[in-house]
Amino acid sequence: MKRTIAFSALAFLFLASSASTETAPLKKVSFIPQWAPQAQFAGYYVAYEKGFYKKYGLDVTIINGGPDRLPSDYLKEGKADFATLWLSTGIEERSQGVKLVSLAQIIQRSALMLIAKASRGITKPEDLNGKKVGLWPSIYQIQPRAFFKKYNLDVKIIPQSYSVNLFLRDGVDAVSAMWFNEYHTIVNSGYDPEELTSFFFYDYGLNFPEDGIYTLEETFEKDPASCAAFVRASLEGWQYAFEHPDEALDIVLKYMREAHVPANRMHQKWMLERMRDLLSLDDSGVPSGILSPADYNRVAEKLKESDTIKEIPDFKVFFKGYRDYGDK
Amino acid sequence: MATSRGITFKLSLFILVSCTVIFTAIFGYNYLFSRRIIAKNIAESAKNLTSATVNKIDSVLQSVEKSPQNIAAFLEQSSCTKEEIMGLLRSAVESNPEIYGATIAFEPYGFDKGSLYFAPYFYKSEGETKFSYLGGDSYQYFYWDWYQIPKELDRPVWSEPYFDEGGGGVIMSTYSVPFYETVDGKRQFMGIVTADVSLAWLQEIVSSIKIAKTGYGFLISRNGTVLTHPSAKFIMNDTIFGLAEVLNDKNMRRLGRDMINGKSGFAPSAKNWICYAPLASSGWSLGVVFPKSELMADITNLNRIMWALALIGIAILFVVIILISRSITKPLRVLARATGDIAKGNLDFEMPAIKSKDEVGGLADSFIYMRTALKKYIKDLTETTAAKERMESELHIARDIQMSILPKIFPPFPHRSEFDIYAMLEPAKEVGGDLYDFFFIDNDNFCFVVGDVSGKGVPASLFMAIIKTLIKATAKDTKDPAEILNKVNKDIATDNTSRMFITIFCGVLNLKSGEVFYVNCGHNPPLVLRSGGESELIKGPGGPAVGIFAGLNYEKGRFLLGVSDTVCLYTDGVTEAFNERREQFSLERLKKELAANKNDSVRRIIERSVEGIKSFVRGAPQSDDITLLALRYFGKA
Repeated sequence: MKRTIAFSALAFLFLASSASTETAPLKKVSFIPQWAPQAQFAGYYVAYEKGFYKKYGLDVTIINGGPDRLPSDYLKEGKADFATLWLSTGIEERSQGVKLVSLAQIIQRSALMLIAKASRGITKPEDLNGKKVGLWPSIYQIQPRAFFKKYNLDVKIIPQSYSVNLFLRDGVDAVSAMWFNEYHTIVNSGYDPEELTSFFFYDYGLNFPEDGIYTLEETFEKDPASCAAFVRASLEGWQYAFEHPDEALDIVLKYMREAHVPANRMHQKWMLERMRDLLSLDDSGVPSGILSPADYNRVAEKLKESDTIKEIPDFKVFFKGYRDYGDK
Repeated sequence: MATSRGITFKLSLFILVSCTVIFTAIFGYNYLFSRRIIAKNIAESAKNLTSATVNKIDSVLQSVEKSPQNIAAFLEQSSCTKEEIMGLLRSAVESNPEIYGATIAFEPYGFDKGSLYFAPYFYKSEGETKFSYLGGDSYQYFYWDWYQIPKELDRPVWSEPYFDEGGGGVIMSTYSVPFYETVDGKRQFMGIVTADVSLAWLQEIVSSIKIAKTGYGFLISRNGTVLTHPSAKFIMNDTIFGLAEVLNDKNMRRLGRDMINGKSGFAPSAKNWICYAPLASSGWSLGVVFPKSELMADITNLNRIMWALALIGIAILFVVIILISRSITKPLRVLARATGDIAKGNLDFEMPAIKSKDEVGGLADSFIYMRTALKKYIKDLTETTAAKERMESELHIARDIQMSILPKIFPPFPHRSEFDIYAMLEPAKEVGGDLYDFFFIDNDNFCFVVGDVSGKGVPASLFMAIIKTLIKATAKDTKDPAEILNKVNKDIATDNTSRMFITIFCGVLNLKSGEVFYVNCGHNPPLVLRSGGESELIKGPGGPAVGIFAGLNYEKGRFLLGVSDTVCLYTDGVTEAFNERREQFSLERLKKELAANKNDSVRRIIERSVEGIKSFVRGAPQSDDITLLALRYFGKA
């Protein structure tokens, strides 16, 4: 009898070990966000750290983004399988012939805004007429220019770089800002929110949803399940980050320090909280990840109006919603 | 023991409580006042320290400013060749140790119509001066702060400090001076001259500020970014506003706004004072934190020591109070015990020696004297009381003797029907000198006497006995009352060394005729109650009291008693009997009393009258004997 038990135990161990080796090997993929590590990408870092990608069968390598690393280039050159891009960038690239597809629209609400100083007499869009306004280049100018057109404003556009110092030193009257980033920087440079006039393009019919997850059409067609898995894991990461903000911040700050980026917890906290506002969570706290045709058409039409694109790519070709693919 | 504890307790309580209150008031005032002085001094030295440090930093920054300013001025005055520009930059970098790198950046196509960028850059690296051109697709310097801000603001500007990209963690700032050329009278922006300056020295200057143990200086940029701070993690990573957000400290945010807006001041907070002032050159702001508790440590310590000393002082005071009050209360306890002994009647207790010469010593001396005096007094009192008791018993005996010589059996002559007589002597408290007597001189003549000796006591009673005996003895020889009393007077007044005298009424009734011969020697006039109803006062003749003048001849008087007439004799003890209101009974009342009862027997008349007197005086102690005698004549048998 004893012999039998010992034998069956051995057999069980053998079976168990062979079962684990039999699970599908993790698929190696890489991902690059548009910018250096910060809470704007908390969901991806959290998904990685909490093992969500592995859970979905992916062995993800996250490449640090930054000013000198254009994610669209990384996709084109095959240096990354997935990347985050603004919807407007995605449409622009697609219309220029880069065969990329959107797998998920993460940010649903545009965070781009103009900030002016109430002390300089700017409290409504009309007040911007004749003022100096700092604008970021290219894709960042589509909404403001549409906005100026809408209100028939003649503004002096000053090219804006990475900082808001020109605005803080009164070199410009209004400045471009991301709600989750520069706005807080300005507040934490000593301007009280009451002293600032905020123009959210979202509020002026110019909602250009920003960050979405993109891949090459080729990549998608080869393995749509993995693409959907990447999106699902990322959305789970976002959900977890909002439910455990302190832990999410710890993770983000860790990545920031590793990338030698100034890491300020309060700033990242603000950013994560705003991301929560921008992602439009459903009742169970899950980001939708869906690109609505309305948003798509609005952005594409404005791009066409501004001659950024010639043709509007077909929505069905452009957006490959994760819900239609994969096994869940 | 309870009383001694009482005094000690009260003394300790009141003195110690008073001391504590006084100490608290003095120390409290001293503490607050000292604190205020120190705070004032700190505020002053804080301002001095802050402005000195600010000047030091400014002087370095301003010296660095000169080089790019000079280059800009040179560029505006004359158009330079590329070689001249290179030379200017190289010498600026090489001759200024503070300058890490310098560039002259031109506007697009500003220097060379063929190139968008022209920005030669000289910089120090590994001890050598190196050179490169700035500008390119990935570095469009026109849009960078160091270029854009002075261009837009039209004035030289220190950039927000930044970390040196070459690593080493050196904080840098770039001083940018715009330069212009005048074309057709119009001033046209040409480009920017910059000098990159390492701010490592800034850290040294500011970190040299050390106040007490934890006081420190810190510098913030125009954006509120922490440039120097003892905690390295804040440097370049946080703004003062971000820290205020973390701490949720509105005062800190307000302080930050004041600082970046170029204000200077002295901001008190709960724990620290912060003195701040802006740098004139760059607009950055220096703050110096003065830790309140540490700067106040000396005064706090002093206060603590003072309190400790005060407590020790109070403890010593407590011991002294206890010792003093013990030394006071110990003899008091002894005296209290002695008083207890005295109260019990023991005067022969042992008196412990009390040596102190203070009030308590005086009290003890008085106490000893009192004991001696008391002892003597008690001894005297005992003797006096004994003497008095003896005297009183003698007086009592004298009284008994006096009373015993008066006839007391009534009716005294039951076989004689011609008259009836009744007499009563109610003695006062002391032995008095009243007397009454009656006797037959012969078968038909009946003598009756009432007298009142001057004075009281034994001499009076003795005198009275003598008088009575003399009258009775003299009456054996004569029935003439005048003769009787002349003789008695003669006998008494001669050799009357005691100067005593007696008032006497002496009457002799002829039982056959009812005729009364009498002599009144200074006595109250007798009252005759006629059976017919009226009463008659028998006045005069007479003379002075017996015993005063020898050789007097008393004149005798005469009245007649009809059948059933009654004669009443009395002493002044009757008429002068007084009640509590000092009203005298008086002759009038006596008359009424006697008249009211005149139909009764003589005994009854006297008894009623005595009752009347007693009810009048209502128990007031009388000083004189009360004597009444009534004689009723019934006519010849």
